[in-house]
Amino acid sequence: MRKFKEFIIEKLILICGLASIFFVILIFLFLLKEGLAVFKSVNLLKFLFGKNWYPISEPAQLGILPLILGSLLVTIGAAVISVPIGVACAMYIAEVAPIKIKEVLKAGIELLAAIPSVVLGFIGMVTLVPWVKAVFKVPTGLTALSGSIMLAFMAMPTIVSISEDALYSVPKSYKEGALALGATRWQAIWHVMLPAASSGILAAVMLGIGRVIGETMAVMMITGNSAVIPHSILEPVRTLTATIAAEMGEAVVGSEHYFALFAVGIVLFVISFAINVTADLFLHKKK
Amino acid sequence: MVKFEIHDLNIWFGSLHAIKHVNMEILSNEILSVIGPANSGKTTFLRTLNRLNELATNYKITGAAELEREDIRGIEIEELRRKVGMVFALPLPLPLSVFDNVAYGVRMHGERGKKKLEEKVEEALRQAYLWEEVKDRLSESAFKLSGGQQQRLCIARTLAVGPEVILFDEPCSGLDPISTAKVEDAMVKLKEKFTVVLVTNNVKQAARVADKTAFFLSGELVELDNTDRIFTAPKDKRTDGYIRGKFG
Repeated sequence: MRKFKEFIIEKLILICGLASIFFVILIFLFLLKEGLAVFKSVNLLKFLFGKNWYPISEPAQLGILPLILGSLLVTIGAAVISVPIGVACAMYIAEVAPIKIKEVLKAGIELLAAIPSVVLGFIGMVTLVPWVKAVFKVPTGLTALSGSIMLAFMAMPTIVSISEDALYSVPKSYKEGALALGATRWQAIWHVMLPAASSGILAAVMLGIGRVIGETMAVMMITGNSAVIPHSILEPVRTLTATIAAEMGEAVVGSEHYFALFAVGIVLFVISFAINVTADLFLHKKK
Repeated sequence: MVKFEIHDLNIWFGSLHAIKHVNMEILSNEILSVIGPANSGKTTFLRTLNRLNELATNYKITGAAELEREDIRGIEIEELRRKVGMVFALPLPLPLSVFDNVAYGVRMHGERGKKKLEEKVEEALRQAYLWEEVKDRLSESAFKLSGGQQQRLCIARTLAVGPEVILFDEPCSGLDPISTAKVEDAMVKLKEKFTVVLVTNNVKQAARVADKTAFFLSGELVELDNTDRIFTAPKDKRTDGYIRGKFG
């Protein structure tokens, strides 16, 4: 009887485990089926590197280069802002802060992660956007820069908490070794702790970036959504994600436009998959 | 010459009274070994001398430790740790070449000249009895060295910054007997120039290399005397019991 129970439980868990893989495969197949249909009318290169995204003109022009560049610009901007601040914050929490401040900061970071992206987007819209407009004297504050700043806030919790873990798990003896040689606290962190934790920190950065690139709501609200190739970070852009979110509701099911949006989804999927795999590689290198 | 003077030293970690009313002198050009069972406070005592205990948050100290009559709390901490070097139980080479490992501390203290670095590295490696074995492998990764070589590399790294005192925290606990013998040879040679304090769990090692031996038990300094005295005619019963292996 006990053996039978054991058997049932084992199989149930197995099914649960397989279910997640099964669903991923289903989603992926569906995405492929709908997305690849677009390549009956445009070829892959034209799709990826076409400069115009006019999905409802006649004939439709389905080049997603402006969208890819929009996503890249916003993501790189967000990374440039969030990585130094996030890693520095992790160093402070892991190595410098007294316990009480550490607790407060960690709670704060968790709270930051808990803010829904639409809320961040709308706070950005009423505070950041006018500010960017005024400071950089641009015609509109709905720019890639605004998106980058907002997304930096969303990437920060991931970067801080995983980097902090990485720093924390560096053996204490490394730091003591450096200090015992007469290193200052900063020298010990910079020369010893940071290199020792580097793979974990890189993974943190990749996961943070992964979050940014997949983010939709906030960018849709504050990047201006114009699907043209941006020439500076102070111009409106539209990201891959925002395009799907904004247009899917209006696309006629089964139309070229509809398939193209699925293909955009595939591109997005490939990018985030690549980022996650890279992050994973770094994390495993650590072990 | 008296190198370290310890006056009524007490240390707490939270409510744990780790070192109790310790008074002693450590003379230069001698090896002082510190023995005692686990949790007797010997490592804590050692880490007081370069103020490494202060990394703990709930640490409290009373009394004083003086390095050449200057309270160690009055010396700038980086300078103190340069003067009072430490070698740890596990060899901890950095993921760098042999040369860079030894040059690391020297660079950190501001030395940049290539010539000067090379001189210092060679001198330190010679003092650690490692030069002959690694002189052709200076650019190899330090991880390629054997355990004993790595430990002597760590000694060289400590020596390169120009210390006056070297603290050894169970430096041979992870080494085979032959490597241990080499590290011990290095230690005996080192006392000509330096003051050596050796914490060891290996009573026989203390008997082999130390001029003086201090026996700690539950945070108290039970007895400090010439090593042969401690091992032949200890004054305290507890010392006698420990070195005969009756407890600990």
